[in-house]
Amino acid sequence: MTEVGENGAARNVALDVRDLAVHIGGLVALGGISFQVPFGAIVSLIGPNGAGKTTAFNVITGFMKATDGQVFFRGRDLARLSPERIAALGMVRTFQRTSLFTACTVFENVLTALHLRGRTGLLGALLRLPAMQREEAALHAEAREILDFVGLAGRADEIAGNLAYGEQRLLGLAIALAAKPTLLLLDEPAAGLNPSETESFKQLIRRVRERGATVLLVEHDMQMVMSISDQVLVLNQGRMIAAGSPAEVQRDPEVIRAYLGSGKRAAA
Amino acid sequence: MRARFGGLLFLALAATLPLWLRDPYFVAILTSTGIFIIAAISLNLLLGFTGQLSLGHAAFFGIGAYTSALLSLGFDVDIGLPSPVVVDPKPVWIAFFGAVVVSGLFGWLIGKLAFRVRGAYFVIVTISFAEVMRMVALNWVDLTEGPMALNNIPPLSVLWPGHGLTALVTKSQQYWLVLAVGVVCYFLVARMVRSRLGRALIALRENEPLARSVGVRVTHYLVVATVVSAAIAGAAGALYAHCVRIVDPDVFLFIYTVTMVIMVVTGGKGTLAGPVVGGLIFGLMPQALRGTAPPEVQWIIYGIGIILIVFFLPRGIVPAFADLARLRMPALRKPASLVR
Repeated sequence: MTEVGENGAARNVALDVRDLAVHIGGLVALGGISFQVPFGAIVSLIGPNGAGKTTAFNVITGFMKATDGQVFFRGRDLARLSPERIAALGMVRTFQRTSLFTACTVFENVLTALHLRGRTGLLGALLRLPAMQREEAALHAEAREILDFVGLAGRADEIAGNLAYGEQRLLGLAIALAAKPTLLLLDEPAAGLNPSETESFKQLIRRVRERGATVLLVEHDMQMVMSISDQVLVLNQGRMIAAGSPAEVQRDPEVIRAYLGSGKRAAA
Repeated sequence: MRARFGGLLFLALAATLPLWLRDPYFVAILTSTGIFIIAAISLNLLLGFTGQLSLGHAAFFGIGAYTSALLSLGFDVDIGLPSPVVVDPKPVWIAFFGAVVVSGLFGWLIGKLAFRVRGAYFVIVTISFAEVMRMVALNWVDLTEGPMALNNIPPLSVLWPGHGLTALVTKSQQYWLVLAVGVVCYFLVARMVRSRLGRALIALRENEPLARSVGVRVTHYLVVATVVSAAIAGAAGALYAHCVRIVDPDVFLFIYTVTMVIMVVTGGKGTLAGPVVGGLIFGLMPQALRGTAPPEVQWIIYGIGIILIVFFLPRGIVPAFADLARLRMPALRKPASLVR
């Protein structure tokens, strides 16, 4: 039974999205979608190109404004919160096109992304207080640990822009993990990866979940989605057309139609 | 390691310079160059590390100069209150730090206003701000003496063992004063950019959406950087006031901002040594050319020099030489770091 808080938001789900709509000019990018992501689950959001998946990500994480509807994260209304506030609350995203601090080293990328784990301000930095030095040491250790986790420890001193594509995707994940998300939103993490890289990325996502994070995934690689997800949500043209377990969704006629076109037209 | 050794050698040379270079004219040139280098260091914090172009940086310099001058001279001004505001002359160092604080406050104000509208708008806001300040300095004659300038500004003084309170009036004393303040400012900026704070600033410059996605508060850090930058520029302005000992509205001129930008860009923005190197080159070049070329030709050479540097060394002199050193000596071929 869903426990409901005073603002009507479900408290025992990580993410509760209600009637979320985004209109860009005259275009309906999202036409009022609702879904929930339970704690500890891996939930995938799929759909053909232009279905509104990335738009949904952008709105949920505060990078875009919703036209209508609400987003609750752990029972808290995220309306009008900035992306950095939302990240501080524990919801962190990755980007569809690899997004790194390209001019910095791999290690510096993660160290920078550990921003929320530190508290040194101007005074601490200028005076080099002992507390600040302890914090720096702790952040360095934490950065090494995260690089180890994603398997980039050996590349720590490389410039991020010089990494191979697959490694850049891993660094993108490491950056997001550095912000210690309780809900991690991954935007097409396997895009452009070869099958073996995809497989190891999948294992990595499982391990992220084992460490206690909830995962919301946008992905085109159906093999990956169907094997990893507890629940699959299907968007088409800004509307939710199906939701359920991978097996249920795969059988859904409307999903098949969205992906393959309607049977009638194919016959004609 | 080598860079640190080079830095110490440079510092030792700079600190002993008036002892072995007994040319007061040249020492005076270096003093005014040093003041500009401090201003360039402050601009570099904004332009180099956060990527925001402030084209009104002379405003903070000028506010520092006027504030320190006015506080040390004392002033009375009628601002519509029943009785005029009277400020008695303050000790020079109180005036100096007052200037740092007032400039920092203006930095906060500009940061708050301008970072709501970023990019080109920030540039326009800063240019306008400097021009407004120049108009105020020119027209609020009661306070600033307008074009007649503030004269007889007292020099800064230090407690010298055996001599008591000594006013810094000779060329060498002023040189050391500027050098000391410059070294302090350099290390303040160095500490700032090599901390969690600096990483946040660099993250905003490199990839703002990504920085925000991991929780870096954009406006907060840009405002902090602007305040520190403005405060250091104010310190440079105050040094100017007490060394030159006369301040007129021309300190707000656009050309001074442009000079700072040139020093930062040619030296290498986003590097700690960049403004120092660029500042030395463009501070000393006009003097080197003075004997050999008429002023118009000087400006042409100056301009060609800038074009050549920007064309051949787009990232500036310091990064170019750092790359060269790495190529020549494979042992040094460490990956480039966040802050060079």
